[in-house]
Amino acid sequence: MRQLAVAVTGLNATDNPGPGVPVLRCLRAAPEFRGTLVGLAYDWLDPGLYCDELGLVGAFLIPYPSQGVNALRERLRYIRSKLALDVLIPTLDSELPAMISLEAELKEMGIGTYLPTQEQFEMRSKARLAELGQRAGLDVPETAVVSSVDELVRLHERIPYPVMIKGIFYGAHLATSLEQAIAAFHLAVARWGLPVIVQKHHVGEEYDVVAVGDGEGRTLGAVPMKKMFLTDQGKGWAGVTVKAPALFEVTRKFMEHTRWRGPCEIEILRTAAGRHLLLEVNPRFPAWVYLSVGAGQNLPWLVARLAMGERAQLLPDAKPGVMFVRISLDQIAQMDDFQQIAATGERTTPAVVRTTAVA
Amino acid sequence: MTPQQRLKDVAMSEGGFVFDTHTGLTFTVNTAGRFVLEALRQGLAEREILAMLMERFDVEQSIDLGRDCEEFLAMLRDLGILPRPEAR
Repeated sequence: MRQLAVAVTGLNATDNPGPGVPVLRCLRAAPEFRGTLVGLAYDWLDPGLYCDELGLVGAFLIPYPSQGVNALRERLRYIRSKLALDVLIPTLDSELPAMISLEAELKEMGIGTYLPTQEQFEMRSKARLAELGQRAGLDVPETAVVSSVDELVRLHERIPYPVMIKGIFYGAHLATSLEQAIAAFHLAVARWGLPVIVQKHHVGEEYDVVAVGDGEGRTLGAVPMKKMFLTDQGKGWAGVTVKAPALFEVTRKFMEHTRWRGPCEIEILRTAAGRHLLLEVNPRFPAWVYLSVGAGQNLPWLVARLAMGERAQLLPDAKPGVMFVRISLDQIAQMDDFQQIAATGERTTPAVVRTTAVA
Repeated sequence: MTPQQRLKDVAMSEGGFVFDTHTGLTFTVNTAGRFVLEALRQGLAEREILAMLMERFDVEQSIDLGRDCEEFLAMLRDLGILPRPEAR
């Protein structure tokens, strides 16, 4: 395969890390990968910008999604003029609508992507999860979409406490009473706006599946994982791959029904009674995606190849019993690097710019 | 999936560390627990397993042995490793 230049977004890596650094690590870990990696970040101090292990040839700040699609288009065009860029892998929910809308233009610029359509993106949204469950034959917790406190007051008649109050994009708070539900509602609205999703809280074991769909209903690869350790935010800090047929079945039904194209993370709760409840579908790689390398399915590398137009092929089964344990480390960063990012919004390796830039 | 096929997907180390590849659950068992799991994999019935336990561990038939064995099997059912009675 010829040399590839792949750009990846989402380089934040706090206690709730973005998937960008793990996706870049996956690409770096692919034995067949020959090429260069570029990091796209939103903040001067996004840790991935300073991660030497990734060997980034370029790092650029890009405009926040709130600045609109035109600002993003211009920035990507500029970056493309500075260095080679064959593939773009966005990794954050909030940036996906703009990326999807730019897909055709990016292609004209020579940048391949492998993304869901806008319709697919909407189908798995939290607000439409119950509808998706009904249509695809998936078990979904009782769910309501509310836009006011008034709607919350009588909701317990339909969905008894405890419930999860979820923001439209991120965040979930457990509420065991109306008072807690109202407080969580206001928190979710302040952070992510309306509407707010109320979901019946069930107790059980949490599982996630990272998977890639081919856009025609097939699951090209899937790695199911049981969370072994959760942070106080409910994020998996350790996990192990499993091969539960029921998890693959949920994944298969989702892929077949939506004809999903690209990566996704499917969150499933297994109750003591053996129900497999679909909690959420995130439209991108999760932060634990490096586990897919350990399990023998390098899914980011698969997506990079598909974005280049390679024919879709099923990956061999993921290996069960492979664990990950996350770690936080302090990186030593160079003031020069920080200064370049802060002052100019970019940092490139000069030799790379000279040899690969395309006018 | 038969109970034997299901049990094949339960990995067990020499030291008695058990990993259920279907659920991701891990736990440890003692020598007797390992013995029972291996016997179940071979498709032996509870009565046969009890007889083998008595022979292997040199214990007499007692209420305790039968109860302990049944408790262990109940735990395996709770963990979804053995089929629950209603699913039989």
